[in-house]
Amino acid sequence: MGHAESELLDVERIREDFPILQREFGGEQVVYLDNAATTQTPEPVVETIADYYRTTNANVHRGLHQLSQEASVAYEDAHDRVAEFIGASGEREEIIFTKNTTESENLVAYAWGLNELGPEDEVVLTEMEHHASLVTWQQIAKKTGATCRYISVDEDGTLDMDHAREIITDDTAMVSVVHVSNTLGTVNPVSELADIAHDHDSYIFVDGAQSVPNRPVDVEAIDADFLAFSGHKMAGPTGIGVLYGKKHILEEMEPYLYGGEMIKKVTFEDASWNDLPWKFEAGTPVICQGIALAEACDYLDDIGMERIQRHEEQLAQYTLEQLREEGDVETYGPSVGTERGGLVSFNLDSVHAHDLSSILNDSAVAIRAGDHCTQPLHDKMGVPASARASFYIYNTREEVDKLVSAIDDARQLFA
Amino acid sequence: MGIGGSDMYRQQILDHYKNPRNYGEIEDPTFTHIGENPMCGDEIRMDVVLDEDEETIEQVAFQGDGCAISQASASMLSQELAGMAVEDLKAMDRDDITEMLGVDISPMRVKCAVLAEKVAQDGADIFFGEKDIDRTVTEDDD
Ligand SMILES: Cc1ncc(COP(=O)(O)O)c(C=O)c1O
Repeated sequence: MGHAESELLDVERIREDFPILQREFGGEQVVYLDNAATTQTPEPVVETIADYYRTTNANVHRGLHQLSQEASVAYEDAHDRVAEFIGASGEREEIIFTKNTTESENLVAYAWGLNELGPEDEVVLTEMEHHASLVTWQQIAKKTGATCRYISVDEDGTLDMDHAREIITDDTAMVSVVHVSNTLGTVNPVSELADIAHDHDSYIFVDGAQSVPNRPVDVEAIDADFLAFSGHKMAGPTGIGVLYGKKHILEEMEPYLYGGEMIKKVTFEDASWNDLPWKFEAGTPVICQGIALAEACDYLDDIGMERIQRHEEQLAQYTLEQLREEGDVETYGPSVGTERGGLVSFNLDSVHAHDLSSILNDSAVAIRAGDHCTQPLHDKMGVPASARASFYIYNTREEVDKLVSAIDDARQLFA
Repeated sequence: MGIGGSDMYRQQILDHYKNPRNYGEIEDPTFTHIGENPMCGDEIRMDVVLDEDEETIEQVAFQGDGCAISQASASMLSQELAGMAVEDLKAMDRDDITEMLGVDISPMRVKCAVLAEKVAQDGADIFFGEKDIDRTVTEDDD
């Protein structure tokens, strides 16, 4: 093939693990470029899910019978595997399985924010925050009287760090920042932000939904107090998200949901809470999804997170170059040659993003069009919507070429 | 590749999108109403003139911004409405819009297609005191 990315990843081999990529629509093989929304699931993960239900399915922590014991061990071990994946030395005690990134955000907002924030406190976000974080903290601020402040985004799609240093003060109780922007692709300096936050005795919550799937992330190197991400964006199943939290903080926090599994002892008068992380996993948890997520971590580590990062970066840079060749395409976020995650958002002068997406669908090219759950950022960009192509381990330059040619079809149709 | 298959974008729709009919404002409209489709950022403003009995639509103008489906639909509707009884406007539904557009609208885009119709209907309902809203907002399940 001779393409640069084939030296990084054996894409042809990887694609064999994803039969869905063979699907055809109207005679055209699907070109799946909506990976920032959800990635496809490789055979080993699908097998793990099927195997679990074929051989091991039972409730956890409840039965003394063999199946329950096996399910419990596999489920608990999955926490350790995920901890290892993000460099959490506290192992399972620092890993809470949730439904998705959004629930992880809400868990901290409710269990910590609602109890700890007051009118004198400030929550610092960024203008490029996903609604999962922005709307959640906005609402918690309304309930507690706290104030939300936003680090501004410069023209080039990066955070204004002077502004960050200005608005993160001793009044700041929480800094909640997106690691890699799902709209701009910007890779934010989260470790620097963590230092600033900690200098002011604030916590930092890192939204890793777009970083954990595609680059090495080490929570302890970042010094994040919390980190959230979703299984379905990293070759895992839907229905599972992760909240990492530093052990000493999680220990102090009140539970978020109450019920079975999360208690130690219950009387008619009161209850005491189970150990970490189970204190935060009320009711029958996401057993199969957790085990499958651990398998996804194995799958990604086998390929190598550094290689995945470089592969995605190359595809994104290539896409940027191709799109910018025509004068009528506006791209958002860091310019060509600057570090970015594996996605490119753009608009074609003459074609609304939704029309573009509908037309690309005719060539079986799947992209996202809309506000990507960053409405305030789009307001700032001055457009209601944008189109977004986002990549994963199985995408190729040929697929980017198909995207570019389908965009050309749309251009001609609307000319 | 694929162009001929773009069923939603037949010539008629593209023509109305590129050359919208009745685009602009009317000096003294009987009523004016604005609506939006927040997901897409489509926005449409309609000026409507009724006859003296307030039973028939005499003239319609629209202004707007958004995707081809929403804007072409507004343009076509503006033609369709001229001369129509207000009662008939009120009775219009999604099927009438699909028929007017002459193409199958994919489920995700129905909101775009019906925006102009909703704006005209809500505008009339407000004028006749049957509804009390500021703006029309099309939701997912419309
Ligand atoms: C940066 C970012 N944060 C949060 C989310 C929310 O993820 P989920 O929908 O899995 O909760 C997403 C994805 O949609 C995202 O891209």
